[in-house]
Amino acid sequence: MTATATVTLPRAPGLHATAEAPGHGEGGPASTLVIVAYGFWIFLISDIVMFSAFFAAHAVLQTATDGGPTGRELFDLRRVAIETACLLLSSFTCGLSALAAEARRVTWTQAALFVTGLLGVAFLFLEMHEFAAMIAAGAGPQRSAFLSSFFALVGCHGAHVSVGLLWLGTMMAQLYVKGFRADIQRRLLCFNMFWHMLDIVWVAIFTLVYLVGVAR
Amino acid sequence: MFGKLTIDAIPWDQPIPLVAGAVVGLGLLAVLAWVVLKGHFPYLWREWITSVDHKRIGVMYLLLGLVMLLRGFIDAIMMRSQQAVAFQAPGYLPPHHYDQIFSAHGTIMIFFAAMPIIIGLMNFVVPLQLGVRDVAFPTLNSVGFWLTATGALLVNISLVVGEFAQTGWLPYPPLSELPFSPGVGVDYYIWALLISGVGTLMTGVNFVTTILKVRAPGMSYMRMSMFCWTALASNLLIVAAFPLLTATLIMLALDRYLGFHFFGNEAGGNMALFVNLIWAWGHPEVYILVLPSFGIFSEVISTFSGKPLFGYRSMVIATLGICIISFIVWLHHFFTMGAGADVNAVFGIATSVIAIVTGVKVFNWLFTMYGGRIRYDTPMLWSLGFLLTFVIGGMTGVLLAVPPADFQLHNSLFLVAHFHNTIIGGVVFAAFAGVVYWFPKAFGFRLHEGWGKAAFWCTFVGFYVTFLPLYAAGLLGMTRRLQHYEVAEWRPWVLAATVGVAISAVAMFCQIAQLVVSIRDRAALRDETGDPWDGRSLEWATASPPPVFNFAFLPDVKGEEPYWAIKQRAIETQHLAAAGEYRAIEMPKNSATGFVTALFATVTGFGLIWHIWWMVGLGLVLAYVGFVVFAWRDEDEYAIPASEVRRIDGERRRAREEWLRRRASAGEVG
Repeated sequence: MTATATVTLPRAPGLHATAEAPGHGEGGPASTLVIVAYGFWIFLISDIVMFSAFFAAHAVLQTATDGGPTGRELFDLRRVAIETACLLLSSFTCGLSALAAEARRVTWTQAALFVTGLLGVAFLFLEMHEFAAMIAAGAGPQRSAFLSSFFALVGCHGAHVSVGLLWLGTMMAQLYVKGFRADIQRRLLCFNMFWHMLDIVWVAIFTLVYLVGVAR
Repeated sequence: MFGKLTIDAIPWDQPIPLVAGAVVGLGLLAVLAWVVLKGHFPYLWREWITSVDHKRIGVMYLLLGLVMLLRGFIDAIMMRSQQAVAFQAPGYLPPHHYDQIFSAHGTIMIFFAAMPIIIGLMNFVVPLQLGVRDVAFPTLNSVGFWLTATGALLVNISLVVGEFAQTGWLPYPPLSELPFSPGVGVDYYIWALLISGVGTLMTGVNFVTTILKVRAPGMSYMRMSMFCWTALASNLLIVAAFPLLTATLIMLALDRYLGFHFFGNEAGGNMALFVNLIWAWGHPEVYILVLPSFGIFSEVISTFSGKPLFGYRSMVIATLGICIISFIVWLHHFFTMGAGADVNAVFGIATSVIAIVTGVKVFNWLFTMYGGRIRYDTPMLWSLGFLLTFVIGGMTGVLLAVPPADFQLHNSLFLVAHFHNTIIGGVVFAAFAGVVYWFPKAFGFRLHEGWGKAAFWCTFVGFYVTFLPLYAAGLLGMTRRLQHYEVAEWRPWVLAATVGVAISAVAMFCQIAQLVVSIRDRAALRDETGDPWDGRSLEWATASPPPVFNFAFLPDVKGEEPYWAIKQRAIETQHLAAAGEYRAIEMPKNSATGFVTALFATVTGFGLIWHIWWMVGLGLVLAYVGFVVFAWRDEDEYAIPASEVRRIDGERRRAREEWLRRRASAGEVG
């Protein structure tokens, strides 16, 4: 995240005292920005580990269709392509918001965040539509273990996107009220990391669930 | 309106949980009344409940862990006494109640006794040893604690409202699925663990960041104390393993609540998937507990031998080695599942390899003691007891790691004896060693030596008298979790184990007496200097108890054992190093976020358990509101003025200088 590395923070001899940390953290505690970003990375890694469990379950149960519909019959790759486009575009606009935040341009930051949110909502709408159609066709999560693992994995990603949208709205309100304060900047950075991580997980879902599912 | 919850959820026909619940409830009410009537509540709220000080949070974790240890121990007494009388007889505990007791015993001991105690010690000690003023995320730390407390609370509520799981401490399907466990027991288990698991994950993120990014100037990796290294390894394991537990429990919850088919019998569900996933978390979990324990013993053995830790570098490598290998042995928990000889062989060998790495540590401890002037204070006794006990437990573990032997011993009392051998000998002994060792640092006075030694010997003897017979009973074919049995050959061993648990109960009494007597005699046991054990690492450089900011100046670390070097310099020159210019220190403000979050988590969890959906929604919305209120605050630090810092540090310096003078005059006399 070179975009925000230039943010300077007020230095007080407090908790994370004298900021500069040359070498391997041997110069004393790192700056708050480094600590927050690093901690959030660690959290994201743990989140990816959680997704990996759902991926593993899906890999094991992918063929356990119990005589019910398979991925080839259920997945509409055109819809998934649009979903992917929405999410990838939203990642792009999210990146734009980081650049605008670095330049301290409130309007552009808010606009980029708003577009990010719209694309996220579009993605969620498409996903819910897909889920509803499958359930209506008798291919809900209760039908087979394969569908259970499908709904859990894709739904877990969808739940993350929903929480991300809630966070996004809260951040926009905070930015509106409090402006580019150091802690708001740090939270925007964390939100950026979170949103990009969801994109990476989606790429894996697109490949391992939909493409492999259709090819099977 | 109240989902599945009716007045019949309270087990009116079972006197034991009712009486126990009433006693606990009355006790809680009495404490609350005392707190409110005596006007202690503002103090509690200000200094403890909303505190984000890592030392206070550490003490609260320990308190929670020790209370739950007592609860888990009472479960143990009930199991042993039931088996003592249930030979060709039904005993006094009906099967469904007995099943809940052994499930609660395991769940409580691992999640709500061992974990809080170990995390509490890490909380208290790690920032002090790193020479810094707090952890990376102080408020998150408080949230983590209160979520753990929420989990403990839900498990205890299950005692009188509804029931607890009857599935054992890991809810294997299909038994844990709705058709076979239709009650709320498994749901209590799921939500208590999911909520406290989030808290544990927060701790993991916090401590990995703290140890890697928040250290005193000059504190490079190879200058960190052994306890900090083991805490780092343990928290890395938390970050890598706990999300697996979360995911697995979510899948089980989906099966139970929404009719998914992850682990059930129908529609292609796969039970082996659950067993693999849960143990991919479960085995690292063992090392999350035992690695910091190794760290505690390293500190204690080095201090009480008056020598630096032998083989520090090999110790670091061994710690990280165990950290990695612990992730590739999980299948040894179910060799009998039928993965095939090749797979079993791979995991059997990997398991044996852990014994080699652990052996490195054992020899390092032995060589640390070799040639040292050993002081047999209570923490050292626990450490010596550990060395013997853990080696025995390790060897029975290597025996179980051989798949053909495991096929004979799987699910027998031999296995039960083995893991108690390692967990009691490793984690529980470490917990007591750590509590006695760091107690004076936390409270400013030592624990009573006589009662402490009595507690050690009773625990030590009680352990062997309980579990050596269980090895024998296991070899004779007695399986675990038996509510009653018919085989006469097992009877003498079971009775012997009952005697052992009685001795352990005496040990428990000694522990409580130790605490009471020490508080009574605290003036005589006072630790004036802040360095009661002639310590070597930085926590002993500050006062006992430490000021809220820990250090007036962040220590400038020049080598391993930084405090030892500072102390030797002071003794040589007969003077403390000159104090610099005191400056105001900014510390994080108190926050009710943790407490409020936990309150709403409790509401949400209870609603989920009993299918009270409005309650779930309410809890979640309020939790979000609380989060936003916290995020909205403008001031998160307050300043301690330089004059106050000078006054507090001045007291510490006076005590140290007094100690230097006394030491010098004693030397002249000698």
